[in-house]
Amino acid sequence: MRLEWRSIIVCAVLALAIACIAVLALMTGSYTLSPGQVVSALTGGETGLVHEIVVEWRLPRVAAALVFGAALGVSGAVFQSMLRNPLADPGLIGFTQGSYTGALIVILLVNGSYVQLAGGALLGGMATAVAVYAFAYRRGVQGFRLIIVGIGVSAMLESLNTWLILKADLEQAMAAVAWGVGSLNGVSWDQVVVGGTCVLVLLLLAGMLSRPMRQMELGDDAAAAQGVRVAAARLGLVVVGVALTAAVTAASGPIIFVSLVAPQIARRLARTAGITLVPAAFVGALLCLAADYIAQHVAPTPLPVGIITVILGGGYLGWLLFTEARRRL
Amino acid sequence: MTTLALRQDGPGTVTVPGPRRRLLGLVVALVVLVVLLVLSVMIGSTSIPPSAVWDALFHSSADIDQFAIRDYRLPRAIVGLVVGVALGLSGALIQALTRNPLADPGILGVHAGASFAVTVAVGLLGVRDVQGYMWFAFAGALVVTLMVLALGSTRQGSSPVVMVLAGVCVGAVLGGAREALQLTNPDAFDAMRSWNAGSIAGRPLEVVWPILPFVAVALVLAFVVAGPLNAMALGDELAVAQGVRLARTRVLAIVALSLLAGGATAIAGPIVFVGLMVPHVARWIVGPHQGWIFAYSILLAPSLVLVSDILGRVVIRPGEIPVGVVTAFVGAPVLIALVRRRKASGL
Repeated sequence: MRLEWRSIIVCAVLALAIACIAVLALMTGSYTLSPGQVVSALTGGETGLVHEIVVEWRLPRVAAALVFGAALGVSGAVFQSMLRNPLADPGLIGFTQGSYTGALIVILLVNGSYVQLAGGALLGGMATAVAVYAFAYRRGVQGFRLIIVGIGVSAMLESLNTWLILKADLEQAMAAVAWGVGSLNGVSWDQVVVGGTCVLVLLLLAGMLSRPMRQMELGDDAAAAQGVRVAAARLGLVVVGVALTAAVTAASGPIIFVSLVAPQIARRLARTAGITLVPAAFVGALLCLAADYIAQHVAPTPLPVGIITVILGGGYLGWLLFTEARRRL
Repeated sequence: MTTLALRQDGPGTVTVPGPRRRLLGLVVALVVLVVLLVLSVMIGSTSIPPSAVWDALFHSSADIDQFAIRDYRLPRAIVGLVVGVALGLSGALIQALTRNPLADPGILGVHAGASFAVTVAVGLLGVRDVQGYMWFAFAGALVVTLMVLALGSTRQGSSPVVMVLAGVCVGAVLGGAREALQLTNPDAFDAMRSWNAGSIAGRPLEVVWPILPFVAVALVLAFVVAGPLNAMALGDELAVAQGVRLARTRVLAIVALSLLAGGATAIAGPIVFVGLMVPHVARWIVGPHQGWIFAYSILLAPSLVLVSDILGRVVIRPGEIPVGVVTAFVGAPVLIALVRRRKASGL
């Protein structure tokens, strides 16, 4: 019970931090608002310009950072638990590289619109994930084989991406790389509503699968002995994990590194033995929100959010590891 | 090399193929490597017959083919050989050390450190040639690996899991800083995208000589720790009971692999996948014996690099695809076919 209490308190603290940064993000911009104005705009007390700025301009971006961050955190947690490997994330079965390839082809060869870009990314990512799963399938899918096949296919696509960027002209190549690290520029309510709905449904599904997921952490045989249908549960987890990342990728580009680092940070904050979904979701949301605030308002020139999630997430996890190691002295 | 490897193979060990067949396989791998070295000199935008290659090496004249061989093709083959050996062995070391099938030398921050240092050199200091990049890359790789080692260690020694995570963290932070620098500096972006692809073309031998002593030291260190690493595969407690000094073994292995991976990256830029794939294949051939895995990796990895480089020259002739782009396309299908065929061995 003691451990669960710690998880709840950690989640509450994270939620409080999220609320504070969200209000800060809604206040900040070329037209600065007071916290009171933000709160009253959110509760419907303001009309005119303030309402327009908060609800129509700034809120979609904040909502996107929250929902997409949570989705990425859960997606990474699902993969790390399923494969019992702290380095696992949806990139492992090729989704990230595949979606990047799809987007690069749209940007560099077709010079397509935003919708085409999202479509290309989804198509590329899904096709790659299916191919990896199919190559790894041989009387069932075994974790180690899935990892190796995923590494192989990802490496090929990564090389293809490097080649495409090398051959593109400079300006397009830079735009493609900026998309590839993930950016919330130009996110509107349309994307947030569509992407957010998908994410919420998928989060519910992930919650339903979390029981067999925990039993499978003890090994396939032990889980099967407890009545878990291992193959079906694993396929379900892969689909949910990939779909969560896919929804985010389509809306904002692959915001890199959140899915890898959020479950690890959550595990260390909540001091749980294994990977847990809910704290990972909170950490992911906080990480994306804070990173986007820094990318927009603190950095000397506005940067894609993915650059800051990497620096912030990596730096914080590194610091946690460092203090953890010192405590063990 | 072979005798060192043999010495690691202590009595009473259970093996898949016997020592004689492993040795035979090693000889076959060596022959393949030599053939590829010769092919690498022969094949290119103009094909040169073997007799001309022979003449260029042993009866020099002012012939144009000989000029191409001595000044361009031969250095390139040697660069491929050195880079391949370094990548293969460093990959085998990191996988033995972390027992994680996802581990490649890049995981301890080697590539991140090297390419961050090169980006700074290009973007802020205006360095523009391979010889200039080289020392930045080497220093960046070594400094970052030491940082990761320090982060992942406690007084009781270092835990591989923590070290891998520390490597990922440091790599991520440096990678983010690098991306930020590049996206705000188009010149640096342009220079870095070709360095990042990884190539062994156009490197003069002057880039290789300073790295060779480091590679030689690392080779010796690797075979020194092969035995202790075998014992550690059975669990740390069991290894200690056999008299293995865990901390010393880990530090020596990390020093060796960072010299190797750092050296290879300094010469050729980050060539991914070779260090990841070759040790897997070696392990499937010889079973869990580090000395043998090291020996096979040393021979198989340069073969993969040379095959990829030759293909990169031929496929879109007269243009070229950098070797770092081709390695994955040559290696990954082999890896996938193998993992489907065999009963995959975990670590």
